[in-house]
Amino acid sequence: MSIFDYFRRKPAKRSAAIAKERLHIVMAHEHRVVNGPDYLPALKRELMEVIAKYVHVSREDIKVNLERHGDCEILELNIALPEEKETAAAN
Amino acid sequence: MSKVIVVTSGKGGVGKTTTSASFATGLASRGHRTVVIDFDIGLRNLDLVMGCERRVVYDFVNVINEEASLKQALIRDKNDSNLYILPASQTRDKDAFNEQAVGRVINELRENFDYIVCDSPAGIEKGALMALFYADEALVVTNPEISSVRDSDRILGMLAAKSLRAINGDEPIKEHLVVTRYSPVRVEGGEMLALEDIQELLGIDLIGVIPESQAVLQASNSGIPVIRDEQSRSGQAYRDMVSRFLGEDVPMRFLDVEKKGFLKRIFGA
Repeated sequence: MSIFDYFRRKPAKRSAAIAKERLHIVMAHEHRVVNGPDYLPALKRELMEVIAKYVHVSREDIKVNLERHGDCEILELNIALPEEKETAAAN
Repeated sequence: MSKVIVVTSGKGGVGKTTTSASFATGLASRGHRTVVIDFDIGLRNLDLVMGCERRVVYDFVNVINEEASLKQALIRDKNDSNLYILPASQTRDKDAFNEQAVGRVINELRENFDYIVCDSPAGIEKGALMALFYADEALVVTNPEISSVRDSDRILGMLAAKSLRAINGDEPIKEHLVVTRYSPVRVEGGEMLALEDIQELLGIDLIGVIPESQAVLQASNSGIPVIRDEQSRSGQAYRDMVSRFLGEDVPMRFLDVEKKGFLKRIFGA
């Protein structure tokens, strides 16, 4: 850095530390979720279609997640049922 | 025993083709029979970086479709008789790729070459998957930049899950980290991810650090792989990387801010 740069430059932002922190979080999440089998998106779509046949819920209220804990894979199906009593709850 | 090495990254524009060209040129210059394959169907570029664009007659897809023999399609490097280039096609669609056909070409190459370097296209589509499918080792090219690191991490997941070695349950692909466009000044200023951060995040062994350099652009402009530019820091860094790949113990260079003389410090470089 030359003497001229002192007039030109704004103080350096230490943004690399922020980048590292964000990467830690997003990569930890992606390690759990992605790298699932290729059929997962199709499985999700078909599950949602079946559920929608019996329960009137919007697509956003159905969450399908595949998580990996060590050697064990867990397929998690989370449905937020509407409050009305007449809708049958699917199991 | 021949080795297939994929040069991959997920993200585009990080230096896969530059690295493939210099790595293959370096291996050949050390006396190993080497072929470098462009897997970027439809977006051929390795020929430009290798300086053989006017000698392309047949390409990889012609060989896959058995419209040309390997012998007809391989281009011998003008400076090194150990080095051959198999260019990508410029027009054909990506559907040409399938495991069997690519496998047949790779096996034929294995009979004649020590090293088969596969220059992967960006992304995680068919071309990228085919480039890594038969790999024994991988060079994961990463810029010290947030999206590049994330994409490299994704590609590491693919190497571990989608390769032939993974499917067969063989010994996993040996992964090496190549950090390109590294700028020690910006790392010192806290505005660029440091080498240690990238290594910690990706968790694979470092094989080379290529400093940001004007020489890379000049080299590709003139179609001479930057490793041939012995004066440039990038060229030297690639040379070191090849030595490390061949099992030599070479310390990393160009990691610290260059010390400037008194006058340079006052008036700038």
